[in-house]
Amino acid sequence: MRNNSFLGIVALGELVVLISGGIDVSFTAIATVAQYIMGVIITKYMVESVLLAFLIPIPIGIALGAFNAFLVNRTRVHPVIITISNLNVFYGFLMVVSKGKWIYGFPGPFRDFARLKVLTLVSEKGVDYGLSIFTVVWFLIAFGTWVILRYLPIGRKIYALGGNSEAARRAGFNIFRIQLFVYCYMGFLAGLAGFVHAELNQMIQPNAIVGRELDVIAAAILGGASIFGGAGSPLGVVLGVLFIAFIKNGLILMKASAYWHQVIMGLIIVLAATLSAYQQNLERKRRGRV
Amino acid sequence: MKLARGRREMQSLVLVAVVTFLIVLLGILTRGRLLGFDSLQSIAFQLPLLGILTLAQMTPMLTGGIDLSIIATANLCGVIAAIGMTRIGLSVPLAMILGLAFALLFAVLKGFLIAWVSVPAIIATLGLMIFTEGVSLVLTRGYVIAGFPNSFLFLGNGALFGIPMPFVVFFACALFLYLLLARTRFGTYVYLLGSNPTATLFAGVNNALVLFKTYLLSSFLSGIAGLVMISRFNAAQADYGESYLLLTVLACVLGGVDPAGGFGRLPGVVVSIVVLQIVATGFNLLGLSSHLASALWGLILLGVIAINRMIGGAEA
Repeated sequence: MRNNSFLGIVALGELVVLISGGIDVSFTAIATVAQYIMGVIITKYMVESVLLAFLIPIPIGIALGAFNAFLVNRTRVHPVIITISNLNVFYGFLMVVSKGKWIYGFPGPFRDFARLKVLTLVSEKGVDYGLSIFTVVWFLIAFGTWVILRYLPIGRKIYALGGNSEAARRAGFNIFRIQLFVYCYMGFLAGLAGFVHAELNQMIQPNAIVGRELDVIAAAILGGASIFGGAGSPLGVVLGVLFIAFIKNGLILMKASAYWHQVIMGLIIVLAATLSAYQQNLERKRRGRV
Repeated sequence: MKLARGRREMQSLVLVAVVTFLIVLLGILTRGRLLGFDSLQSIAFQLPLLGILTLAQMTPMLTGGIDLSIIATANLCGVIAAIGMTRIGLSVPLAMILGLAFALLFAVLKGFLIAWVSVPAIIATLGLMIFTEGVSLVLTRGYVIAGFPNSFLFLGNGALFGIPMPFVVFFACALFLYLLLARTRFGTYVYLLGSNPTATLFAGVNNALVLFKTYLLSSFLSGIAGLVMISRFNAAQADYGESYLLLTVLACVLGGVDPAGGFGRLPGVVVSIVVLQIVATGFNLLGLSSHLASALWGLILLGVIAINRMIGGAEA
């Protein structure tokens, strides 16, 4: 649970992007940039306050997300191309500036925070386990995302944009504002996830997160987010992340070689996408559209 | 129509301007070494690889799709051919055919999903990319397979009448694709499908079949790239050349292929491949980090998209 909170948080952001009919693959780079800058600042000035550390990556995430939104809106090129370019831009510059160095040796409070448990139980063997703070954060974000999508006007607009962008435009929605919200939300969660990731590992490696985009997109799609936009729910994504976690765990327990993980993950994505497309096809046939 | 044509000419002009600027800049920075004999020769050996992969990316993009699995397919073909040659002891042509056959086998699945189940190309090829790479990893256990017969190494390192062999292969592929796209009915259907699928369907074209063939073609070209690649490196591995994926998309967009489908001609793409390779070699000569290069690729791609939009903005 605890180790999947990173995956879980960004998957919720990806969900919102997917619902709006877009896709974002640059969030891994955003998370890395955000956590790296945070790492540099807190180790250099030995920032004691976790809250302060927590507040650094988030605006960075939002700013980079806004940059994505701007480009997606202005160029009208498929978001996957824009965000692949930005993945390279953000990550490339980070690697040049940081020279790929790892950051560790965080201040004390930052280290203690990772061990914080909201609920502690002691197992029969005397090992205590419990609900990590990060799992709670993840569930809170899921709940927040649900409220936004379900009860706020912007949530309905996101569904409308993903369902039929032309209709949304003619209905007088400000598309740019919706996209700005969507990609900034993704950036915000990427920044937050970067913080969580740094906490969980107690070090920051520039190459730890980039390359995991596909896990996240797979989780969102498994959770029922449609790649065509317009559909998906936070609960589904949480279940999707848990499902992937269980499968990976199961494979490890079965002692299947790590190479098989990829084969099975690939198959799962293909199957999920096929089912989703098949349903869409049925729907379309029922409505009698081409 | 006139406007659209003028716009496309402007886009070619932009490309030429970017090319000239980059070549002059890098030429000055490297003090002319960029266009020296050694670097030209290294360009001639490296360019075909990126080139064939870009050709493989081009046809799906013309239909408005994208193929993220080309590198994985190339590697799978390479790994299978390598296993055939070294472990099973097949003859060289037989091993090559076996590799290509596997590339096509996966392409059948890919094409079927995209054409008939109508899974969006991005997601289908993403899933298959992970899957295919996984299969290669299982086959190789992550190790490198090396030590090929000399007759096979000729494909990647030999020269025909003084022209590097990979270049000959690239030229043959480009010519083949050019004739296919510009001179056959299939080519016309690809463009039509990319610009307006509904209209194409009503015009009596079997859209699904055209799409299916598109992805078969793309995988076939990827397979050839895979063969050239393992021959060039004298080794096969599950995850060679992953950094090429973005580059192929970049080369297509830079060469005037509209990511939304329907537009883009082969000569433009070939020019942009040459540019990218010259710039890469230039960076290399300058001793710049490859990460900086990848950041700059991203910026160049965004820049070209932005400029093209500004030019096209008036009519949109």
